[in-house]
Amino acid sequence: MKLSSLSRILAGTALTILVGTSGAVAAELNLYTTREPGLIQPLLDSFTKATSIKVNTIFLKDGLAERVASEGDKSPADVLMTVDAGNLIDLVEKGLTQSVQSTTLTGSIPPALRDPNGNWFALSLRARAVFAARNLDVKAITYEQLADPAWKGKICIRSGQHPYNVALIGSYIAHHGEEAAQKWLAALKGNLARKAGGGDREVARDILGGLCDIGVANSYYVGLMRSGKGGPEQQKWAQAIKMVLPTFEKGGTQVNITGAAVARHARNRAEAIKLLEYLVSDEAQKIYAEANYEYPVNPRAAVDPLIGEYGVLKPDTVELAKGVGFRKAASALAEKVGFDN
Amino acid sequence: MTNLHLALAAIVRRPRAGLWWRVSALAVAAFVCLPIGALALIAFQGSAGLWPHMIAHVLPAALRDTLVLLVGVGLLATLIGTTTAWLVTAYAFPGRRFLEWGLLLPLAVPTYIVAYAYLDILHPVAAVQDTIRHLLGYGSPREFRLPDIRSMWGCILLLSLVLYPYVYLTTRAMFMTQAANVVEVSRTLGHRRSGVFLRVAVPLARPAIAVGLSLALMETLSDIGASEFLGVKTLTVSVYTAWVSRSDMPGAAQISLAMLTLVVALVLMERHARRNQRYAAAAQRPRAMTPLRLSGHRAAAAFAACLLPILLGFAAPASYLCVEAYRRYRFAGLSPKLWGEILNTVTVSSLATLIVLLCGLVVAYAARTCPGRLTAFAARASTLGYAVPGTIVALGLLMPIGALDRLLASGAEQILGRSVGLALLGSGAALIMAYSVRFMAISTGGIEAGFSRISPSLDHVARMLGQTSAGVFRRVHLPLSKPALVSAGLLIFVDCMKELPATLLLRPLNFETLATHLYGEAARGTYEEASIAALFILLIGILPVALLARVGRASA
Repeated sequence: MKLSSLSRILAGTALTILVGTSGAVAAELNLYTTREPGLIQPLLDSFTKATSIKVNTIFLKDGLAERVASEGDKSPADVLMTVDAGNLIDLVEKGLTQSVQSTTLTGSIPPALRDPNGNWFALSLRARAVFAARNLDVKAITYEQLADPAWKGKICIRSGQHPYNVALIGSYIAHHGEEAAQKWLAALKGNLARKAGGGDREVARDILGGLCDIGVANSYYVGLMRSGKGGPEQQKWAQAIKMVLPTFEKGGTQVNITGAAVARHARNRAEAIKLLEYLVSDEAQKIYAEANYEYPVNPRAAVDPLIGEYGVLKPDTVELAKGVGFRKAASALAEKVGFDN
Repeated sequence: MTNLHLALAAIVRRPRAGLWWRVSALAVAAFVCLPIGALALIAFQGSAGLWPHMIAHVLPAALRDTLVLLVGVGLLATLIGTTTAWLVTAYAFPGRRFLEWGLLLPLAVPTYIVAYAYLDILHPVAAVQDTIRHLLGYGSPREFRLPDIRSMWGCILLLSLVLYPYVYLTTRAMFMTQAANVVEVSRTLGHRRSGVFLRVAVPLARPAIAVGLSLALMETLSDIGASEFLGVKTLTVSVYTAWVSRSDMPGAAQISLAMLTLVVALVLMERHARRNQRYAAAAQRPRAMTPLRLSGHRAAAAFAACLLPILLGFAAPASYLCVEAYRRYRFAGLSPKLWGEILNTVTVSSLATLIVLLCGLVVAYAARTCPGRLTAFAARASTLGYAVPGTIVALGLLMPIGALDRLLASGAEQILGRSVGLALLGSGAALIMAYSVRFMAISTGGIEAGFSRISPSLDHVARMLGQTSAGVFRRVHLPLSKPALVSAGLLIFVDCMKELPATLLLRPLNFETLATHLYGEAARGTYEEASIAALFILLIGILPVALLARVGRASA
C-alpha cells in the first residue's frame, strides 16, 4: 500500500513537471489559428489589454482539424480560427465546434456571414479582386470576362489549387454549373501571360514589369502594399496598379471570410465567447480594417480608405456554404484542365 | 572462415545475449513504422472516386514529373558530389582546405529557402534581369526575359545545388579511407587521371555514392516546399492537393503508401544489384591517399569547379538573405521573439538528435552483433520514415500520439484529481517523435556504415582477450565509429532545424521555431519579414556543417 501511494505521488509529480503548471491560473484561453500570427497579434494584444484574459496561440496551417480531432475531448483548444468558409464548415462537419448563442455576435454579424446554428462566425471579409495596370481603361469587369480571348497572354494568377482560387472556381460552378466552369477555366488558362503560380502580390509586381495587364488577387494586398508596411519596393508595385472589384454577371463580388468557432471541448468557454464578441466589436473591427485592410463584417465599422476608394463591396448573392460545397469539384476541375501546367 | 573464427563468431552471437538488442532494434523499427501503420488504417477507410480521376488527370503527369525530377537530381547531384569529392581528396591545390568544408555549406540551406531566394533573385522585375536587359538594350520584361525558373529544369538545378552535399560527404569519406592503396596502385600502373577516377575510384565508392544519393533522392521525393514553389507537380504535391483541396485524407494516404512502395522497391533493387560485392577494408588502420599536387591553370580549374557549387548553392541565397534581412532590420528592427525562437530551435533539434542517435545505435549494433533476418529487417524498416513527406509523417503520427495523449491525460486526471494538459502534444515530445521517424535513416545508415568499416576480426580478438560484449561495444565499436556517430548527429541536427511541416503541425501552444516563424510570414506573403528568420537558420546551420567537415578529415 505504502509503495503504491508513493508511486502515485511520484507519477503525479512527474506528470506535473512534464506538463507544466497549467492549473488554475488567471483567466486565459487557447487559440488554434490558421491566420498568421503577424496578422492577429495586434488584435489579441488589445483583447488582453481590455479583458486581462491571456491568449495562448498556436499557428497551424493545413491540419488544424486533424490536430484538434486527434486531441479529442482532452484538446486544450478553446477557439478555432481559420481563413476560408470551407475550412469552417469542415470543422463543423467533423464535430469539432459547438453552438454559441450570443446577442452581441448576432447583432454585429449579418445573418449571411454566420452559421444559423451558431457554430461559426465570420470576422472579416476579403474580395477576390482584379488588379489592372493603372493606365488601362478598365472600370468594371466580370469574372466571366476573364475568359474573353481579348485578354490572351495578358492575365497573371496564382496556382489553381490555392484555396483562394479553388473558392473562386467553386463560386463559378455555383453560378453556371460544372460544364460551363470547365470551359471558363480552360479559356482563362489560355489567357495567362505566364504559368499560374507565385503569390497574389506578384500579380502587381508582374504588372509593373509589363508581364501582364491584369491579374486576380485578394483585395487586402492592395492596402498592405500601398501602406508601405511591406517596404518601399512593394509601394512601387502598388503604384503600378488599380483594383477593380469584379462581379459575376448575375451576382456580386466573390468574397471569402476569416472566421472563428468555439471548440467542442473548450474548457474556457466563457472566455472563448468573449474573444469572439471582442473581435466583432467596433474597436476590433477597426483594427481589422486598418491593420489588415480587410472588409469588416460589422456594418458599423468603416473600410480603410486605402482600399475603400476602389468602390463599395457588393458581396456575391450565392450563399458562402453553397460555393464551399463545390470546393472538391473546383479542385478537380483545375486538375482536369491542367491549370497549373 | 577457419574453425577458430567460427567458434569465436558463435560466442559473439550467443542468442541469449543478443535478445535485448534484437527486441530494442525491433521496437525502434516499430516506432518508425507507427505513422505508416496509421496511414494504412486511414487509407483503408476508402476514398470514393479518387483513383479514376487521379489516373485520368493527375497520376500520369505526376509520375512522369517525379521520375524526371528524381533522375535529374540524381544525375546532377552525383556529378557535383563525386567530382568535387574526388578533386579535394586526390589533388592538392590552393584553397583546398576551405573548399573541403565549404562544399558542405549548401546543406544548411532548406529547399524552400533556396527556391524562394532564386525566384526573387531571378524575378523578371528585379536587379539581375533588369541589368541583363539594360546591357542588351531591351526596355521591358515583355520584350526579353530569361526562361522562367519556375519549371522542371529550375527545380532539378536548385534541389541538386542543396542536396549534392549528401553525396559529397559520403563519397569523400570513402575516397579518403578506402581508395588510397588501390588508387596509388592504379596510378603506378599508368592509368590516366580521369581513368583512375572513373575506373577505380567511382566503382569502389559505389556503396558510399548509393548511401549519399539515396538520402538526396528521398529528400527530393518528400520535398514539398521547393516543388510547389517552382510549380513542379510531383506525387508529393498531388498528395498534398488531395488532402488540402479535397479534404480526402484516405486518398492522400493511399497515394503516399503507393509512393513508399516504390521507394522500398528502388532501395531493394540497388541492394540486390551489389549483393555479391564486398567493400570492407582490412583491419589495419586505413591510410589516407597522398594527393597529387596541381599548379597553374589546372589548380585554378580545380578550384573554380569546386567553388561554383558553393557560390550557387550557398553564397547566392545567403547574400540575398543578408541583403533582405538588413533591409528589413533597418525598416522594422528585430523581433524580440527571435531569441526565444532560436533557443527553441536549438533545444528541440539537439534533444531530437541525441534520441535519434541513440536509437540508431541500438539498431545498427543489433544488426552487427546479432546478424540475421530480424535485425536486418529492423535496420531497413527504421529508415522508411525518411522517404515519407514530413506532412504525412505528422498526420500519421497524430492518430497514435493523440490516443496516447488522451490516455495519459485521463490517467493524470485520476491521479491528480484535476485536468492537466497533453503530455506529448503539449510538451514538444511529439515533435521529437516526428523528427525521430523522419531522420532515423540518417542515424541507422550512418552508424551502420561506420560499423561496416570495423573488421569483424577486431570483435573476435577483443572477445578472445576477455572483453564482455558490452566491453567490446564500449572499447572497440564506440571509439572506432565515433566519426560516423558525430557526422550522423550533425546531419540530423541540421535536418531537424530545417524541418517545417511536422514542426508546424505537432508543436505546443506558444511555441515557435525559426522555421515556423519563417512560414508564418511567408504564408501571408510577407517574405521580407521572413528573411531574418531564414538567415538565422543558415547561420546556425554553418557551425554543424563546418564541424562535419572536420570530423571527416580527422577520421581519415
